[in-house]
Amino acid sequence: MRKRTWICLALIMVIPGLLLTVSCAKKAVQTEEVVEQPEEQPPAEEAQPEMDQQAEEAKRQAQMEEQQRLEEERLAAEQAQREAMMARNMFMSDDIHFDFDSAVLVPAAQEILQSKATWLQDNPDNTVIIEGHCDERGTNAYNLALGDRRAEAVKAFLEDLGIAASRMTTISYGEEKPVDPGHNEEAWAKNRRAHFVIE
Amino acid sequence: MTKFSVVAISMLIFWMTAGAAAAGPAEFSYIEISNPFLRKIPIAIPLFKSTTQSPQEIQTARECADMLSESLEFTGYFKILDRAAFLEDPQKTGIVASAIKYRNWTAVGAELLVTGGIFVKDDFMEIELRLLDTFKEKLIYGKKYKASLKAQRQIILRFCDEVIFMLTGNRGIFESKIAFVSTGTGNKEIYICDFDGHNPQQYTHDKSISLFPAWSSDGQWMAYTSYSRGKPDIFIHHLHERRGVIVNKKGLGIAPSWMPGKFQLAATLSYSGDQEIYLLTGDGKIIKRLTNSRGIDVEPNWSPDGKRFAFTSKRSGTPQIYIKEIDTNRVERLTYEGRYNTQPCWSPKGDRIAYSGMNNGQNQIFTIDLDRKSPVQLTTDDQGDNEAPSWSPDGSLIVFSTTREGPSRIYVMTAYGTDQRRLLALPGEQTTPRWSPSGLSN
Repeated sequence: MRKRTWICLALIMVIPGLLLTVSCAKKAVQTEEVVEQPEEQPPAEEAQPEMDQQAEEAKRQAQMEEQQRLEEERLAAEQAQREAMMARNMFMSDDIHFDFDSAVLVPAAQEILQSKATWLQDNPDNTVIIEGHCDERGTNAYNLALGDRRAEAVKAFLEDLGIAASRMTTISYGEEKPVDPGHNEEAWAKNRRAHFVIE
Repeated sequence: MTKFSVVAISMLIFWMTAGAAAAGPAEFSYIEISNPFLRKIPIAIPLFKSTTQSPQEIQTARECADMLSESLEFTGYFKILDRAAFLEDPQKTGIVASAIKYRNWTAVGAELLVTGGIFVKDDFMEIELRLLDTFKEKLIYGKKYKASLKAQRQIILRFCDEVIFMLTGNRGIFESKIAFVSTGTGNKEIYICDFDGHNPQQYTHDKSISLFPAWSSDGQWMAYTSYSRGKPDIFIHHLHERRGVIVNKKGLGIAPSWMPGKFQLAATLSYSGDQEIYLLTGDGKIIKRLTNSRGIDVEPNWSPDGKRFAFTSKRSGTPQIYIKEIDTNRVERLTYEGRYNTQPCWSPKGDRIAYSGMNNGQNQIFTIDLDRKSPVQLTTDDQGDNEAPSWSPDGSLIVFSTTREGPSRIYVMTAYGTDQRRLLALPGEQTTPRWSPSGLSN
């Protein structure tokens, strides 16, 4: 009886030790597994959130693409607007130039007026003021009359190209508003002009 | 508007000596009308005699004598002699004809002498002035004026007017004014000053572009062009009353010119699509079209009798000056030399037309006589751009604009091109002067 007690005691002492040993060994393996798991097949419990992330990623991607598309559209619109603006600015800044004491439209002037007519056709809602200007060398009253003839010559040319007369008004400033205040041929040539203003 | 305020001057002609009493200007031929500026008449204008010798009176006496000298010198007829050379002091010897030792004046070269006596009390003054012939040793004209001190300049100018009338038989320029355009405010506005550049006053306050002032022949109306409604329109204003009209027509309205003796004016309008000259009422209504030629017709300017007008037209290909007779509709080309002749202005005597002609890209002032049609250039090519001539009401002087100093200034010269000098100094640039008829500040 006493011998059985001793065996029992011994077993009680040894089994937990074994158990401990086993559990320790098992733990070591598990640790290894955990470390290696992501590289191999993901465990089932962790695969579920990963799927959500992917969907989110795709959604984000789509959003970005959409954004990019919008951005591109915006840029294109801006570009178009810029181009329209440039065309508009060019329409206003590109003056028609004349020879001294002349209201005759030279070939270069007619070319510019062709593009002005195109712009006016592309922008049918716009009305314009055509200003006639002169260089400082003539005298005031005669220059006012000459500026009037320059503006009217431009208007008549555009009318011939199909632009409604009602969309164009003329005004002469004679030598009163030079674009270049200089007193030389270069300045005079710039100042002998018809200038467009979009109303 | 106080610029034309009338200061009452009570005047009394207190004597004309027996000999001079009947003397009209015709008896005097001091100033050769055909070419009066060749030889200037030496005139002595000593300081005026002060009656009470009060400091205020002495100062007024000096101011008046100096003003008289400057005003007479402005005409171009006189050589004002240096007071330092005078042998006689009227303060001591007296100012009446009998008290003067004429030899003392002929000795210093004077052919004419003006003496003055002055009495000032508070803001009241009495001034007696005499014009004397030192060779004939007699009085030509004398007058006594009583007025407020403020009327000093008016009194002196009125006496000057009489002096010129006695010497030339013509009323002078001393009660005339000059309208012009100035950019002093940053905008082109019309200004008015006295004949000699004194008292410049801004007349328009349109804050746009105002151009081409034009006086009616009675001096009561001003017509001009202004952009204040967005385009060049003709405005017609009474100079002293708040009334006037705007010529309400499509297109431009520029460079008006009043018909002498009538409430009518000519101006260029473009409502027909062509720049043509029309005759308008002073109320801005169209009476009739005066030119009928495709192309530019501008700058009408009437002959003194109102029967003809000069104008600038491009009908021959370049701007040239033409004359049209109203009754017959006959048009005659006046200028043939040069490729750019504009701004005609008919002389008050009717025998000549002043205009701007372009030489090498610069305008110069010419006059052309209507008989021989030979142009005479009055400004020289090295003196900048000279344009916009306008005659003084007696035809003796021409006012014009010039860039000889750089910026455009108003200058005046004799009708023969001599004595070119600046009229006034103002900020900005001054252009297109127009001399008024005479007798404005009465």
